[in-house]
Amino acid sequence: MGKGKTLYWLIPVLLIIVAIPVITGSVTAREGIFLILMYVSLAVSINIILGYTGYVSFGHIVFYGIGGYVAFYLMRFHGLHLIPSMTLGGIGAAIAAFALGEAVLRLRGAFFAIATIGVNEAVKALVNNLNFIGGAEGLFFNFKIYRTYGGAAKAIWFSYYTMAAVTIITVTTAYLIKKSKFGLGLMAIREDEDAAVILGVNAKRYKSLAYAASAFFPGMVGAVFFFKAGNIEPHDAFHLIKSIEMIFMVMLGGYGNVTGAVTGALVYERLKGFLLVNPLFKNLHMAISGVILLLIVLFMPQGIIGFIRDKSKKLRGILE
Amino acid sequence: MILQTEDVTKTFGGLVALSDITLRVEEGEILGIIGPNGAGKTTLFNAISGVFKIDKGKVKFKNRDITNLPSNVRARLGIARTHQIVKPLNDLSVMENVMVGACFGKGNANLSSARKKAQEVLEFVGLTEKSEALAGKLNVPEKKRLEMARALASNPNVILLDEVLAGLNPMEVSKMLEVIKAIRNKGITILMIEHLMHAIMNVSDRVMALVYGRKVSEGTPEEVANDPQVIEAYLGDPELALKLFKEKRRSG
Repeated sequence: MGKGKTLYWLIPVLLIIVAIPVITGSVTAREGIFLILMYVSLAVSINIILGYTGYVSFGHIVFYGIGGYVAFYLMRFHGLHLIPSMTLGGIGAAIAAFALGEAVLRLRGAFFAIATIGVNEAVKALVNNLNFIGGAEGLFFNFKIYRTYGGAAKAIWFSYYTMAAVTIITVTTAYLIKKSKFGLGLMAIREDEDAAVILGVNAKRYKSLAYAASAFFPGMVGAVFFFKAGNIEPHDAFHLIKSIEMIFMVMLGGYGNVTGAVTGALVYERLKGFLLVNPLFKNLHMAISGVILLLIVLFMPQGIIGFIRDKSKKLRGILE
Repeated sequence: MILQTEDVTKTFGGLVALSDITLRVEEGEILGIIGPNGAGKTTLFNAISGVFKIDKGKVKFKNRDITNLPSNVRARLGIARTHQIVKPLNDLSVMENVMVGACFGKGNANLSSARKKAQEVLEFVGLTEKSEALAGKLNVPEKKRLEMARALASNPNVILLDEVLAGLNPMEVSKMLEVIKAIRNKGITILMIEHLMHAIMNVSDRVMALVYGRKVSEGTPEEVANDPQVIEAYLGDPELALKLFKEKRRSG
């Protein structure tokens, strides 16, 4: 455990990225960076259960969907402002994760991963059949909703700033968790759960709490994303590919490591952008991502940041 | 009496691993547990530390019935243990490994006092130079000492040592024995499983012998070593064994 220097440079770097569209006023840059921030927040939060605790939550996107739906419902039918709706969406996702954790976190390894996919698909099917939240067609905003924020154009900027704030909070919280006694307990569980329990770690409770924490932020991210989109439907909210992308970003950057998750998200967003735009690879980006993931697992299992940390002792303290 | 078990029984399928084991441990003593392979020694430790539910009987710690408590709660109450097959937290540093013990065991320390405690314990077991190394990179004797350090860092009342001397060379054994005696001098009660007879006979106040899940002998090291049932368990024919034993005594 170092001196906690990582945040001192990581947060300013994120703020600089956030500032780019504000300064240039470029809408394209704003859209791109909105996605980057979203990826960063998602990757950093899944890292709490995946990287710190060692549990592969394959269907993690379910919490993004739950948060999105809770918030969207509150905004659409109760006229609640984005900020409280988003917070409640996050809390809803966290409660769902905690309850789910108590049930499925006794499973280990592949069984847990498969159970989480099942949960995501089950929730998707459930939402498809719930008419009060729009069923398979989903929900739409009435554009009047954006008036509270000063019109649609300003609302988009507002969602941008909100996403930036959520991302900064996610990164800070994830870092503080890693540096806490709670985080030490989680890493002990990751390394050897039986040994951790013998040493006194309440693994059951810790895993559920870690799961709740790693679900809270995706819940908020979902809320902001669907607020900006103006509509929400089950297919988008519980999209399994996004789950895989989250895991991919963490593995790419370095699991168990905040800087790693941030780096993974940045690299992945750029990579995906490049592959999608390039006519040669247009429909192959998931396939290429898959190959890259395979190469990482085989040759650089500790990810980009993990690899650098291994090579340089000096940088270790600032890359956590 | 700090720890006692009453009629503890545990079966795995048809195999009776422990059969009606009643045990009393006084505060501050070293109780040695011997027995051939498969006698149920580690199973007894698992029953005391709560790795699984026992089929029958009770485990009491400081006169409190802990039979149904999960192992993390038992650790918090003051029962620490080491593992025969070491379980280092590989990707954490030696320091962090020991801090886990200090943070979540009876000490319930916060991070900064856990760090201090860990430094102190690492010094005590002689691992200070390795404190920043990853636990997975240690060699076997070092891993054994790490197990010990983690258990000690929790500030336990009772520590269960499961074959901490196995696989060590004579130099390392005598070093480890010093550490064990020093632990006892801190007032910590020790239960230790060991195959190295001269070591366990030398360091224990009392010895108990298990054979096929049953307690066959209990008493001072001298008494247990001369118990025909113990000798039979180890060497087969007691007559022959006794003869060999006496011959060895005469010559030694």
